[in-house]
Amino acid sequence: MPPINNEPAERHTLSLLVDNEPGVLARIVGLFSGRGYNIDSLTVSEVSHDSRRSRITVVTTGAPMIIEQIKSQLDRLVPVHRVVDLTVTGKAVERELALIKVRGKGEIRQEALLIADSFRARTVDTTLESFVFEITGKPEKIDQFVSLLEPLGLVEVSRTGVAAIGRGPDSM
Amino acid sequence: MMREMTGAEMVMQALIDQGVEHMFGYPGGAVLPIYDAMFHQNQVKHVLVRHEQGAVHMAEGYARSSGKAGVVLVTSGPGATNAVTGLTDALLDSIPVVCITGQVPTHLIGSDAFQECDTVGITRPCTKHNYLVRDVNDLARVLHEAFYVAQNGRPGPVVVDIPKDVQFAKGIYVGPENIQHKTYQPKLRGDDEKIRAAVELLAKAKKPIFYTGGGVINSGPEASRLLREFARLSGYPVTSTLMGLGAYPASDKQWLGMLGMHGTYEANMAMHDCDVMLCVGARFDDRITGRLDAFSPGSKKIHIDIDPSSINKNVKVDIPIIGDVKHVLEDMLTTWRGMKAEPDRRAIASWWGEIDRWRARKSLSYAKSPDVIKPQYAIERLYHAVKDKDVYITTEVGQHQMWAAQHFHFEEPNRWMTSGGLGTMGYGLPAAIGAQVAHPESLVIDIAGEASIQMCLQELSTALQFNLPVKIFVLNNEYMGMVRQWQDLLHGGRYSHSYSESLPDFVKLAEAYGGVGIRCSRPGDLDAAIQEMLKADRPVLFDCIVDQKENCLPMIPSGKPHNEMILPDHPEGLDEAISEEGKIMV
Ligand SMILES: Cc1cc2nc3c(=O)[nH]c(=O)nc-3n(C[C@H](O)[C@H](O)[C@H](O)COP(=O)(O)OP(=O)(O)OC[C@H]3O[C@@H](n4cnc5c(N)ncnc54)[C@H](O)[C@@H]3O)c2cc1C
Ligand SMILES: Cc1ncc(C[n+]2csc(CCOP(=O)(O)OP(=O)(O)O)c2C)c(N)n1
Ligand SMILES: [Mg+2]
Repeated sequence: MPPINNEPAERHTLSLLVDNEPGVLARIVGLFSGRGYNIDSLTVSEVSHDSRRSRITVVTTGAPMIIEQIKSQLDRLVPVHRVVDLTVTGKAVERELALIKVRGKGEIRQEALLIADSFRARTVDTTLESFVFEITGKPEKIDQFVSLLEPLGLVEVSRTGVAAIGRGPDSM
Repeated sequence: MMREMTGAEMVMQALIDQGVEHMFGYPGGAVLPIYDAMFHQNQVKHVLVRHEQGAVHMAEGYARSSGKAGVVLVTSGPGATNAVTGLTDALLDSIPVVCITGQVPTHLIGSDAFQECDTVGITRPCTKHNYLVRDVNDLARVLHEAFYVAQNGRPGPVVVDIPKDVQFAKGIYVGPENIQHKTYQPKLRGDDEKIRAAVELLAKAKKPIFYTGGGVINSGPEASRLLREFARLSGYPVTSTLMGLGAYPASDKQWLGMLGMHGTYEANMAMHDCDVMLCVGARFDDRITGRLDAFSPGSKKIHIDIDPSSINKNVKVDIPIIGDVKHVLEDMLTTWRGMKAEPDRRAIASWWGEIDRWRARKSLSYAKSPDVIKPQYAIERLYHAVKDKDVYITTEVGQHQMWAAQHFHFEEPNRWMTSGGLGTMGYGLPAAIGAQVAHPESLVIDIAGEASIQMCLQELSTALQFNLPVKIFVLNNEYMGMVRQWQDLLHGGRYSHSYSESLPDFVKLAEAYGGVGIRCSRPGDLDAAIQEMLKADRPVLFDCIVDQKENCLPMIPSGKPHNEMILPDHPEGLDEAISEEGKIMV
């Protein structure tokens, strides 16, 4: 996209309510790739079985004018009910879950456990030479946790991407 | 209405219930059950095309000239892929088309079956929406929904892909009553506060302009009427994009002509210098804005558009009004009258004084010649010969298209059909056939180039078969003129592969199809030859031999602002007009 007034890029969290029908995700992902927008994170799951609605959380970055375009473009997809920019509507709760595998013995193992403890990560699998930690939190917290484990035998990471919801009594 | 029937019967029933009278199609294995169901009825007439691209362009011409959705039926695989160019064209120009495609039976989908392609995957980015129907009990609803989506909000093409087993299966048909889309509910009425603010701004303007576009045509004839009323009431100048021609009458003194890359000097200068711009159903396309950071730098901009994604896409506007042109103009007029708005007569008079000075540059003038037909002259004479007739004009893509836009003048909406957004060579002849199907008694002319016409010429056979006496008026300059012009501009006049080599004898070709062929190469013979064309009751291919070297002016070189147009009285330096930065633009 042409930077028209060179505004700096911002990170926005968008919440979408969509019909849970085949191809919806492909439409949304295709829109981002086709128009050259960024996807930093994406989560999808059905939230109402009766009305067959899914909620999608997309984290994206772009200049303000591009963010506006992204929202308008998403909104005009026929199976999309609502698009809410949680970054604009006020503080939202954002959470991500990660599963992290670390391999090591002895002192390194001890160190990893201590760090996990201080991040309130749970140990969900243990062998004599490995752990799998489960951690929930803001993406930055997980980033930090992962970077601390890096020198301690980090093997692999699986992250869910961000799920987000607005604070207060109102729905999106 | 609820009744049991096969999927194929549902297709025909849904078309009948949607009021469809004509469809354009081509059969194949995956749609045979639908063709069989068609055989058993006579309400919907089927026009058999010669290539599926032609079918979609015909549906576009039909839709644009009648205001109804165009309907297409094609088979799976190659039938669907051949339709892709037409679908993309309809998407970019906001034309309502419903395209039904056959698909291999559901149990074979994904197995690379014979004539299988991923139609919904391929057409996802080139349709407004598309459907693959796996259950016959969803079919009727989906078909009605497809018509709803194609025609409401910003119109566009919708594909319904129907596997062959679903066409044979029996299920319950439901009528179109109560079919309303759950989520897709475009907003028609504009926001009152925004409308009030816009009217206040307009009433105070000293250098206003109405910049109108295809959205006025999309909104229906009433929108054009309201636009005229608003213009008359305010006395403000009106310009339009290529897509909006005819919404405002070209004979009116407030009309500035088309704007943009090949628009008039007065329209572009007025856009550049205005203080308030009312954009009505246009989308700030790059052919209009030129260099974005120099586009109408001093103006406040109001934008009426039904598609929120058109707002602030390229140009930041001050007052966006999301809604349908007709509804918004209606409310603006009511507000204007309610406020007893009085334009600043003195300021407006001096604005017109400035505009008249730009007009005096006569930016559409050209050097006449006694020996060779100038392409502009050919359009002028054609216009002169048919202007009092009930006429519909389509075009191909290239210089002839721009000359048609500049020198043929339109008084009514829906009379002008051209491929603006995609710029599809080959559009004009099938679009003319579609328009002729919708208006069998009218005169329909495709203004063509000798290169473009060869892209869908096979549809001449369709015109013959269905007694559709379309006239093809070829401005034969023996060049892909628009390409040659850009090679002059950008590539030192090196005409790499832009010469139309080995041209067929168009007169013989017309005759081979069973039509009439006419050739004219001298200015003195032109009027009589045009009369001969108009007299023919069959399709005519008119080979008008024109000046090979003429360039289409005026022109805003790519990457330049509006006030740096190349005018016909200063065409020299064409090769230096574009900067290094401008060269990357198309
Ligand atoms: C060789 C070539 C040269 C060209 N040169 C020029 C040129 O010099 N000048 C020029 O103008 N064009 C030119 N074009 C065409 C150009 O590419 C664009 O197609 C055209 O300018 C777009 O017209 P528009 O802005 O009216 O938009 P359209 O494509 O007609 O879009 C209509 C807009 O109105 C909105 N809309 C639709 N329905 C409604 C409704 N009911 N209510 C409210 N809004 C609605 C839509 O959302 C959209 O934003 C050229 C094309 C070619 C092929
Ligand atoms: C399908 C397609 N291919 C290529 C182009 C690029 N193109 C634009 S204008 C043009 C030349 C058209 O030549 P002609 O029909 O003779 O018209 P002229 O410009 O000479 O009037 C070409 C090749 C296009 N618009 N469409
Ligand atoms: Mg040519």
